[in-house]
Amino acid sequence: MSATTLSPRAARKARRLGADYIPPSPYTLKNALTKGDVWTKLSILVFGLGNIMRKQIVKGLLLFAGEVLFILFMIFSGAYNLSMLPSLGDREQVQVKDADGFLHFEAGDNSVVLLLYGVATIAICLVFVAWWVMSIRSAYKAQCEAKTEGHASTLVDDLKALLNQRASATLMFLPILGILTFTVLPLIFMISMAFTNYDHNHLVLFDWDGFAAFKEVFFNSSSTVNGKLFLSVLSWTLVWAFFATFLNFFFGLFLAMILNRRTTRGKNVWRAIFSMSIAVPQFVSLLVMSQMLQPDGAINRLLKNWGLIETSLPFLTDATWARVTVIIVNLWVGIPYTIMQVTGILQNIPVDLYEAARIDGANWWQTFTKITMPYIFFVLTPYLITTFTGNVNNFNVIFLLTKGDPTPTDASAGKTDLLITWLYKLTVDKNDYNLGAVIGILTFIVLAIVSLITYRSSGSYKNEEGFR
Amino acid sequence: MSKHSDVAVPESQSFLQDQRKRRIFGDVLVYILLGVLSIIWLLPVVWVFLESFNKKTGPYQSTFFPTEYTFDNYIKLFTERNILDFPRMFMNTLIIACFVCVISVFFVLSVAYCISRLRFRGRRFFMNFVLVLGMFPGIMAVVAIYFILKAMNLTDSSTTLFALILVYSAGSGAGFYVMKGFMDTIPTSLDEAAMLDGCTRWQVFTKIIIPVCKPMIVYQAIIGFLTPWLDFVMAKVICRTQTNFTASLGLWQMLQREYINNWFARFAAGAVMISIPIAILFIVMQRFYTESMSGAVKG
Repeated sequence: MSATTLSPRAARKARRLGADYIPPSPYTLKNALTKGDVWTKLSILVFGLGNIMRKQIVKGLLLFAGEVLFILFMIFSGAYNLSMLPSLGDREQVQVKDADGFLHFEAGDNSVVLLLYGVATIAICLVFVAWWVMSIRSAYKAQCEAKTEGHASTLVDDLKALLNQRASATLMFLPILGILTFTVLPLIFMISMAFTNYDHNHLVLFDWDGFAAFKEVFFNSSSTVNGKLFLSVLSWTLVWAFFATFLNFFFGLFLAMILNRRTTRGKNVWRAIFSMSIAVPQFVSLLVMSQMLQPDGAINRLLKNWGLIETSLPFLTDATWARVTVIIVNLWVGIPYTIMQVTGILQNIPVDLYEAARIDGANWWQTFTKITMPYIFFVLTPYLITTFTGNVNNFNVIFLLTKGDPTPTDASAGKTDLLITWLYKLTVDKNDYNLGAVIGILTFIVLAIVSLITYRSSGSYKNEEGFR
Repeated sequence: MSKHSDVAVPESQSFLQDQRKRRIFGDVLVYILLGVLSIIWLLPVVWVFLESFNKKTGPYQSTFFPTEYTFDNYIKLFTERNILDFPRMFMNTLIIACFVCVISVFFVLSVAYCISRLRFRGRRFFMNFVLVLGMFPGIMAVVAIYFILKAMNLTDSSTTLFALILVYSAGSGAGFYVMKGFMDTIPTSLDEAAMLDGCTRWQVFTKIIIPVCKPMIVYQAIIGFLTPWLDFVMAKVICRTQTNFTASLGLWQMLQREYINNWFARFAAGAVMISIPIAILFIVMQRFYTESMSGAVKG
């Protein structure tokens, strides 16, 4: 499309995005509503009517079926779900005596279920709005095609397009559906809990409570979850994530390069040795490590037998020792993965880059800093960021090794507790779901700030095609 | 440069410039380093292996390695099925792992291909969205996922396996970043040539991109297969009856206070049994990581 036909705003966008820019579709909702004929306009109420009138029978029926299903759903449960959302229910479970004199329970409202159904219903309504827009646009498209080409695209054409021009829709449908139901929906559900009083005192019936849970965390210094504890857990979480990510990365890179050296013999044997620890499931090795590092565990016994120490080393019982231990054990767990990943990428660096560098007389250090590192950073920046966030959220290593211990008395978080294990303790052990959700949201905010800044300034975001 | 160093230079240069000597020196250092590191990496693995043959079943022994060996732990693990039914847990996990492996590889490939190769509206938004999503702590959603499964009637003991497969594989599409990074390094000229020859985008995906991505697919397959063996938080919340336990949950159970004294050696045996399928898989897949696979496109 030439620049003259674009509006100034679209032209600016096109310049900014470059090859990424996709010109807007001519079949917009606005065009459909203003320029559509009577059938297109009727499609606002009866989905798919415009399509059926242009002989796109199957497509039209599908669109219509969607509408009918939604209306049925709203009648039978959706409307009730929405009506219960503001109050979250207030009928308590009551004991009633029936006609024969037997006692039985009459189920009351369950706020968790009502909240979940309410959230899900809102999500379904949003999907319905998208469906509505789609059906109108599709009716308008059929109208335009019928005008210019004499007939609207047939079912076969549409199906073929799904494998070609619109392959993205076909391929992404299932993955996105999965992400929406099992990642997004639960998150919205949990986030909404932060604004209720769903804690150990209100397990069945609870109410919306605004920002009370946030206030509890930050301003109530007498509670077990307070601002000071939050800051200390947060700083340890960041320290942990930083060391766990970058030590892993640099040691892993170093080992991968050593293994990749031309003169290192038995590459596969060495690689197999390091991969052994991947073959042992991570949580098994963590449980084993935790057993070995106990005050009476195998390591202390070995050191005592050799006469190196008199008393047991407090690997997991002293705060500082425990913190260093988890970082080192995490190196043991993580380096083989890094080696595996970096090896694939090292072997993928185009050989001609190195040849060109050699001809130009570059030495080893120059090729490393000018070719290897930029290439690896280019491919791995997203990986590093996800590893960093993964480490902030690294539940397994902490929970299985130390369970967050050593824990000072009266504190709800131990010295090695990350935000994530603290969250787990608050929700699963203490049933303080609202406080847990608050911690979760705060964790998210911290991560979002750290990683968006790094990612935005990384090469692989700015210049996706840099190494093609 | 002073005269003194002028004299010294030839010798040191002869050492540094003598390719062969320098290489041997480097090799020796490398082998010593690799040797020490392999001991560190192998020691816990060997320890569990030997511990699984230990005649004493308790966790804390007076010596580092066991003194008496026996095969009983394995026999008991597979025959005494009334308290903790390990064979059943093992099969559960294997079934889940196979499904999750296939589904997650397919999901990740599809999403990565679309993001890397196709240009469609909402692409950037999707990338940023998934990135933001990944920053929410996963544990936060565990309880919520249980409620959702309950609402879908998937928490009975008969449907737990299905529920676990669903939970492990549903969100896997979000892990496309590494695969996308790999695909970004494949020259677009390949796609263009194929499209000129009349390939549809689907055919480009199945006939060109997938074969070229083999090493990364291997990586993804391993990750997918390992998920159910490694996870126990999700399994702990979803599996309410012991017949549906996954192996990881069972092993974790064996180390709880009420079991550990009788079950520690059997825990070690179970750990060895779990590692075997993973190790076999790993050796088979290892060959994809040899240098012959180097480079998405050669030449």
